[in-house]
Amino acid sequence: MKVGDTLGALAAQFTVLSLLAFGGANAVVPEMHRQAVDVRHWMSDGEFTALFAIAQAAPGPNFMISTLVGWKAAGLAGALVATAAMCGPSCLLTYWVAKAWDRFREAPWRRALAAGLAPVTVGLVAATFWLLVRAADRDVRLALVTAATLATTYFTRLSPLWCLAAAAGLGSLGLL
Amino acid sequence: MSVKLETGEVQSPSAGALFLAFLAVGLSGFGGVLPFARRALVERRRWLTETDFNETLALCQSLPGPNIVNMSVVVGSRFAGPRGAVACVTGLVAAPVALVLVLAELWSRFGALGQVRAAVGGLAAAAAGLAAATTLKMARPILSRAPLSAGSIIIAAFVAVGLLRLPLPWVALSLAPLSVLIAWRRGR
Repeated sequence: MKVGDTLGALAAQFTVLSLLAFGGANAVVPEMHRQAVDVRHWMSDGEFTALFAIAQAAPGPNFMISTLVGWKAAGLAGALVATAAMCGPSCLLTYWVAKAWDRFREAPWRRALAAGLAPVTVGLVAATFWLLVRAADRDVRLALVTAATLATTYFTRLSPLWCLAAAAGLGSLGLL
Repeated sequence: MSVKLETGEVQSPSAGALFLAFLAVGLSGFGGVLPFARRALVERRRWLTETDFNETLALCQSLPGPNIVNMSVVVGSRFAGPRGAVACVTGLVAAPVALVLVLAELWSRFGALGQVRAAVGGLAAAAAGLAAATTLKMARPILSRAPLSAGSIIIAAFVAVGLLRLPLPWVALSLAPLSVLIAWRRGR
């Protein structure tokens, strides 16, 4: 496939995902994975998981897995196209809605919209979790890392950065 | 004037100040930028009140797209119009994107080394744990409000996308209206 075709595919795919990402970027990770690995074969399952881990470990907003999907598919140009397509459409929508926000802030349909979209988002984030677990937890020790991170982030107010750093440290020491 | 009024009356920041503020927010946020945004906008600079911040967040969470990016659009446009919005988004996004690309480039060169591969493997396992914690935190209040209906929607979305690997647009376009309808009827 030519570079232009790949860039076009990235732009189209992430524009759709931008407008579907209710509850944030984590909800659309399974669809990114489906497109990038199963449909377009831009990368393997393991590469996708590694890129997701890198995006999590870097500082910044959590949409950056889309930047890295673009990068893997078409280099720097791909990264920029994917980033712009992931952020641009939702930014324009937000800009436009924010101006009218005061008018329907208390509207009952807005509450129903928020309350109705929330469980869909939770199901999708659970799917993201499932996707990562299947690719990342290849043995018992890695599964323990997942469980320990879950427990620490859920039950304490410790920054998730510590879990990520500890996991990377244990890995590089050959303990995982 | 010494009396501080509600939002925006604390001297509107310029596009440049907005850019710098969001640049710092973007770079300081590991594993989620929101707490850092709250600290920078509400506590340190006092551009927003606590209530303002929460309401802006509620708006950004009910719209699609990365929440914090949406928030930077709202804050930027409120203080400095379209220029402010562009300044905030660019400030928030540019440095982390550059940094993550450097990391990815390093990974593509050295990722085959045993140590690097094992470190990234550990990171991925921890990232899975983060996603699990996010799921549970989001699910708890929703399930306590409407266990049966919300629970069914959560399971349906998970099975359709996670297990059956159906395309998201179809799943979202069928489940979201159904779920909103249920919420609407419950709310009346």
